[in-house]
Amino acid sequence: MKFGLLVTTGPYQHQASDTALQYCRAALEKGHEIMRVFFYNDGVNNGTRYTTPPQDDRNIVNAWSELAKEHNIDLVICVAAAQRRGIVDEGEAQRNGKDGDNIAEGFRISGLGQLVEAGIECDRVLTFGG
Amino acid sequence: MTMLHTVNKSPLDRNNLDSCMSMAKKGSKILLIEDAVIGAMDNTAVAEKIKGAMNDFSFYVLGPDLQARGLDEGKVIGGINVVGYDGYVDLVTETDNVQSWV
Amino acid sequence: MAEPWEEDEGPVKKFMFVNRKAPYGTIYALESLEVVLISAAFDQDVSLVFTDDGVLQLKKGQTTDGIGMKNFSPTYRALEGYDIEKLYVDKESLDARGLTEDDLLVDVQVMGKAELADLMDEQDVVMSF
Repeated sequence: MKFGLLVTTGPYQHQASDTALQYCRAALEKGHEIMRVFFYNDGVNNGTRYTTPPQDDRNIVNAWSELAKEHNIDLVICVAAAQRRGIVDEGEAQRNGKDGDNIAEGFRISGLGQLVEAGIECDRVLTFGG
Repeated sequence: MTMLHTVNKSPLDRNNLDSCMSMAKKGSKILLIEDAVIGAMDNTAVAEKIKGAMNDFSFYVLGPDLQARGLDEGKVIGGINVVGYDGYVDLVTETDNVQSWV
Repeated sequence: MAEPWEEDEGPVKKFMFVNRKAPYGTIYALESLEVVLISAAFDQDVSLVFTDDGVLQLKKGQTTDGIGMKNFSPTYRALEGYDIEKLYVDKESLDARGLTEDDLLVDVQVMGKAELADLMDEQDVVMSF
């Protein structure tokens, strides 16, 4: 089955990002496909590479990057939500006159249409939020 | 159609599970995850309500979330199925649609 | 073979957006509305449900000058222009908050939980904010 995920809370504050990751791993293990994970609301904070948790804590951002690389998952951060919360890639930084970007590896910034498209193309869309 | 409803807030703190149960059709599956897992335990202030609702819905609870919170699987309300993340995935594929009561 | 105009149609799925939170206290109401507006561009079968504190999103007379936030409630009135006309409001949630249909700023269908349950059951995609 082809899954799309919607993550609406940031990492660490809520368990939702962890649950979404565990769900992805279990689904992939069973041979399902994760087409896209769409990060919205505070969920966009899953995609900043400046995340530096204590050494004995899990690194949720890296976990997404690694999972995406290994299983070819499209990690999409909503542009409007990202702009509000200061998550930028190189293009966004240039367009908005910022002095740097902070997007993590394997993530890309795009529009809300990507979420609707996932809804159209996937067999199921699951929301993980707080 | 059969729907899977997931609830992740404690029913002792928030109304998510009540809202879910009031809008889920008879025969729906309800999976308690994250902070909602306390709702699966026997002898809580909401246990009788859950037991009553079991006539209409099948309840499931995510085992890893019980364990993380030190909640004993042996004290889960009889008839509620404890599942892992793999069981969570199966519940999604076995049903026709999912609603997350976040 | 499909005719060109048929190919343009694309799949139409039933999308339901469930709004359960009051406006302003959290951003969910506003950002849900943004998804709804985008979904209109995809020509899908879109419906909105307002239940629990979500019914407050449609309350008339929102005046946000005092809290320094933008009043986005007029946007609900613009939904019709995007062909989003299926707005369903949970009667029980209105009652619980001492509100009636007259308190709402757009035309909606007020219905009971059983009817809402039937509607939710026939959706392809349900997103909750």
